[in-house]
Amino acid sequence: MTAAQHAIDFSGVGQVFRTASGALEALRGVDMTIGRHEFVAVLGPSGCGKSTLLRLTSGLIRPTSGVVSVFGLAVTEPRDDIGIVFQKPTLLPWASVEDNVVFPVRHKTGRVTPEDRANARIIIEKVGLAGFEARLPAELSGGMQQRVGIARALFMNPDILLMDEPFSALDALTREEMGFELLRIWEAQPKTVMFITHSISEAVLLADRVLVMSERPGHIVENLVIDLPRPRGIQTSNQKAMHDYVGHLRGLLLKRAA
Amino acid sequence: MTMSDTSAVSSSSAPPEAAMPGRSWAAWFVQTPGVLPAATFVAIILVWEASCRLFDIPAFVLPAPTRILGGFDAVTTGRWIEHVWATLRVALIGYVLSIAISLPIAIILARSEILSRAIYPILVVVQSTPIVAVAPIIIVALGSGDLPRVVITCLITFFPLVVSTTTGLMATPPELIELSRSLRAPVIREITQIRLPFAIPYIFSALKISVTLAVIGAVVAEFVAADKGLGYFIQFSTSMFQVQQAWAGLIVLVLLSLILFQAVTAVQRIWFPWSLPAERA
Repeated sequence: MTAAQHAIDFSGVGQVFRTASGALEALRGVDMTIGRHEFVAVLGPSGCGKSTLLRLTSGLIRPTSGVVSVFGLAVTEPRDDIGIVFQKPTLLPWASVEDNVVFPVRHKTGRVTPEDRANARIIIEKVGLAGFEARLPAELSGGMQQRVGIARALFMNPDILLMDEPFSALDALTREEMGFELLRIWEAQPKTVMFITHSISEAVLLADRVLVMSERPGHIVENLVIDLPRPRGIQTSNQKAMHDYVGHLRGLLLKRAA
Repeated sequence: MTMSDTSAVSSSSAPPEAAMPGRSWAAWFVQTPGVLPAATFVAIILVWEASCRLFDIPAFVLPAPTRILGGFDAVTTGRWIEHVWATLRVALIGYVLSIAISLPIAIILARSEILSRAIYPILVVVQSTPIVAVAPIIIVALGSGDLPRVVITCLITFFPLVVSTTTGLMATPPELIELSRSLRAPVIREITQIRLPFAIPYIFSALKISVTLAVIGAVVAEFVAADKGLGYFIQFSTSMFQVQQAWAGLIVLVLLSLILFQAVTAVQRIWFPWSLPAERA
């Protein structure tokens, strides 16, 4: 595979933040690639710089050393073909579901066309919120709010979806349901997904490949291909192979923590 | 079945509404909103009236409520309207001007750390200056029209607005600012579409404080120099030892403040219901 075929490419990436208490080395020598339409989960202890990977990919920050490229081009500023889903839904509390979904275009261009609205309604239906277009975020449950967050990220039809622990604020049941929902959307409309999580089973259940990061300064210590059949669902969680993957990753993380 | 089970069932099966008729009207008295404060208010008035009559308190010390009612007749309705309008006009112009000044200042403070460091101490000095002490100086400097009164009202109202709005502008979820940056949207839209709307709850809490301060500012200005207005009327009445008249003016002033406060609250409830705390929305 040539570099141009990679959706995301990190080569020798280091990141040092200047803070009030001195320099903080978040990442050191990160090398990794994510192929087009690949679903990759990034797993690691808290504070290991997982979110920094995401923000580097999005172009919100520039690496201190090394190169981050997207589709073969070094990232120097935010790109239009990347959607971000945050840990919290962070919707606009005064705007309806539909207005929240079209917000990226309103914010970027200053206006919203009828096509944008029609488009938004299709996406709202896709994330399972048909009939809720006119509701305010406060009227929705946490899971539904995060669906709006996903719809907002999908609205600009990005090639790459960056997800920063998107389901970690949800209860266990909703979390699993949302995971399968995400897979359904991803399978219907393939995208490159970088999915940050600290849940081992979530990473294995969703991803094609799991990258494990070390504690700070973070680097990739494991690159595990998850060879489980798709489409995945509840039956996947009961497979022995799934338990083997989870066991392997848990052992790895526990050993590193010890 | 255990004891706790049965008690749980019995308490949950009897809603509080059903229990009320059985409980006498004392429960209604305490639980119905508005009844308790209204009753307290009436009780205070009655005790006040009774004390004035019983202990023969001179009217210039404390006029009885019935005498204060007489104070309303001291001037014609037309004169009352003139006084109210004079105070209301200055308070409102000062208030609106103050909003117009403080929003841009707040945006500057929130955006630029350097300007914030330069301007903020000056704002604190202005706020720390007792406005009553500055009022005569301003009146001398700016003459006797509405202008000095409006300036005084502005000075007293703008600080809470600036501080609260700045806090609100800084309290925006950082994720949305990242979203804005990732879209490479112009800064002006970051302010108008994200930061300002997110500051609305903060702005309204300051607007509520400031609207009552605006009335205070207008009255302080009238105390120094005026020939109209409720502040002028109160001062004039006391200088004539017409204390019941001054009390009547005071009551109108309190009502004016309450109405303005409720008006601001209503604006928030009607146009920005999402910015109210969830249980009151």
